[in-house]
Amino acid sequence: MTEARQNIIERLQKDILGWQGFVSPAVGEQKGIGLGPVETAFPNGVFPTGNIHEMLCGQQEQAAATSGLMMGILSVLMKNGGACIWISTGRKFFPASAHQFGVAAHRLVFVDTQRERDTLWAMEEALKCESIAAVVAEVNDLSFAQSRRLQLVVEASKVTGFVMRSNLQKLSTTTCVARWQVTPLPSQTEGDLPGVGFPCWQVQLLRVRNGLPGTWQLSWSDQGFTWGTEQEPQIEYTDVQLQVG
Amino acid sequence: MGRRYVSLWFRHLLTDWLTLRQPELKDVPFVLVAPEKNRLIVKAANHLTESYGISTGMAAADARAVVPDLKVLDAEPGKAEEILKKAAAWCIRYSPLIAIDADGLLLDITGCTHLWGSEKDYLRSLIKTLITKGYDVRGAMADTVGLAWAVARYGKQKPIITTQEHQQALLPLPPESLRIEPETVDLLYKLGFFTVGQLIGHERSALRRRFGNSFLLRLHQALGNVDEPLQYIHPVEPYHVRLPFLEPIRTAEVIEKAINTLLEMMCERLNSEGNGLRKAVLKGYRVDGHLTETVIGTNKPSNNPAHLLKLFALKIPNIEPALGIELFTLDAFKVEEVEHKQENLWLLEGSEGSTDALAGLLDRVGNKIGAQNIHRYLPQASYWPERSIKPALSLTDQPEMDWNNGRPRPSLLLKYPQRIEVMALLPDDPPKHFVWKGQKHIIKKADDAERIEPEWWQHADRHKHRDYYMIEDEKGCRYWVFRSGHHQGGDTQWYLHGFFA
Repeated sequence: MTEARQNIIERLQKDILGWQGFVSPAVGEQKGIGLGPVETAFPNGVFPTGNIHEMLCGQQEQAAATSGLMMGILSVLMKNGGACIWISTGRKFFPASAHQFGVAAHRLVFVDTQRERDTLWAMEEALKCESIAAVVAEVNDLSFAQSRRLQLVVEASKVTGFVMRSNLQKLSTTTCVARWQVTPLPSQTEGDLPGVGFPCWQVQLLRVRNGLPGTWQLSWSDQGFTWGTEQEPQIEYTDVQLQVG
Repeated sequence: MGRRYVSLWFRHLLTDWLTLRQPELKDVPFVLVAPEKNRLIVKAANHLTESYGISTGMAAADARAVVPDLKVLDAEPGKAEEILKKAAAWCIRYSPLIAIDADGLLLDITGCTHLWGSEKDYLRSLIKTLITKGYDVRGAMADTVGLAWAVARYGKQKPIITTQEHQQALLPLPPESLRIEPETVDLLYKLGFFTVGQLIGHERSALRRRFGNSFLLRLHQALGNVDEPLQYIHPVEPYHVRLPFLEPIRTAEVIEKAINTLLEMMCERLNSEGNGLRKAVLKGYRVDGHLTETVIGTNKPSNNPAHLLKLFALKIPNIEPALGIELFTLDAFKVEEVEHKQENLWLLEGSEGSTDALAGLLDRVGNKIGAQNIHRYLPQASYWPERSIKPALSLTDQPEMDWNNGRPRPSLLLKYPQRIEVMALLPDDPPKHFVWKGQKHIIKKADDAERIEPEWWQHADRHKHRDYYMIEDEKGCRYWVFRSGHHQGGDTQWYLHGFFA
């Protein structure tokens, strides 16, 4: 009796996920996006493409770390062809950096707008275009109504969108599938070797629709994303003798 | 029906043109000269001067000796061709197919003459009009270009040669009427050939051996045995469609419908010519006499009415009909050939077919916020960060080099480097800490310096070399800072230029 009930509940949950735009992976198609443990936070354990992701980046340092993480994700999303549209006012992103994250920067198309209203309009237009791999927009704020408009568009076109929000003062609810916050962490170097190591971030999923929020440590090396084996964020710093020059 | 050609010969093209501009030259003997091998050579002489026996190719000094009060003017190079081009454009009313000759025009008049009544009336009308304009013109009509040309210049009897008279008319003409090199003409005279008729009976092989292939070609072209292709000038028909209304229109739906009709008319023609539209202007003529103008541009030539309508639809709210619009006109100012084959845009698998959709999207966005605000970048061979990328000119531009520039580059780059206060232990050491925006960052890790100097051809004083350091502070934030200038000079300054991921 209880088992039959459990089955029904599971099936219903799956149906609800399907209606909400989450696609359960087909058998034999279980290839992740390379995010490792972070992907387990999402329903079905699959990074939701064809959705809007909200990235919080209040400071420039965070914005840099966020663009690094996004580039890593984009390198997988853009593997099947298609361009990425980057819409912003006052763009600071440097295309020459995309190469180290495995993205060919000439496939990024930058749209520079004057007003935020235009940014959102351009993002909505771009999300309608099905042959595009992903759309990134830098905005100050995103209201619930605006996020719902974008969500309705991607539900039809299955394009992945990233919204980088810089104003963290009034965080309202949005329909975005996940709210990310990426902060840089000190890079790991072997032993006492001088120099700066591979980029290292603390990736926080503040809210995930139907998923489990959490915090992870990721870093990017030549092989892609790497994650430490269950280690707490280092709080104590050992002074490293700088031997440079 | 056989073809018919008219050859027009402007006997004094340059001098006639000058006389029209300066009427006082009408009764003055004058020549136009140009320097050639340190001598002034007569390039054109008016009919008065020619009656003294002065012809083109003579030295100007000799001509002055013959006619003491001769006026000598400088010839403008390339002028003759310019005048002929204008004359050809004018002659379009007589025939749609016109080619420019060295000193005249060639008209393919097949099927045109009946509009003037007969061939005689046609030729008379053409030549009379040109003569009343002030040009000394001779013309002839025949079945081949060669014969028409020959009769216009060397014909002694009548200018119109019918098909039956074709051979008869050619036979008494001198050899130079065959449009052959002067050397061959001289040779022919030396050998006693004074008319074309004397040549006709001879064997092909004998003629070819003595006078060459080109001579034989010209002869047979005149006879009509060999086709002669002409390079016709085509006046470009403007891409222009118009749509008048019985009642002035005011609502957005009707305007959209009207634009759709105009676009369908325009695209029908574009389609048949294999062309696509790059830039179009829609003009609405309002009842109150005002004019509304709407401009659209596309990234890729397009002749798809649906796509173009979408571009216009974005701008319909800006069209003010006021009391109503009576007439819409649509002009295509920039038209290019449509690319039919699919191009591999991104050089990666599975990307075919995305170009059109992307171009369509960028058209829509570009028409709203300005196409100059859309960029795509390619690597450029320079280490100087600001010059290491260059904007791509088109959607299909591919990078000519690898993106990999050796050292990693920051994710965010400030447009203008910002000054920072820095404490460094030694002149060449990375900073120990720096202050940016009033906040102190203590450096924990740093990479070795990367010295970047501007290319020598760039302005040396304005760009001193930079020593870049990738540094990491105690929170783990990674920065790209540089020291500008030499330490010895005492004019060093530290700047923050970027943020690493």
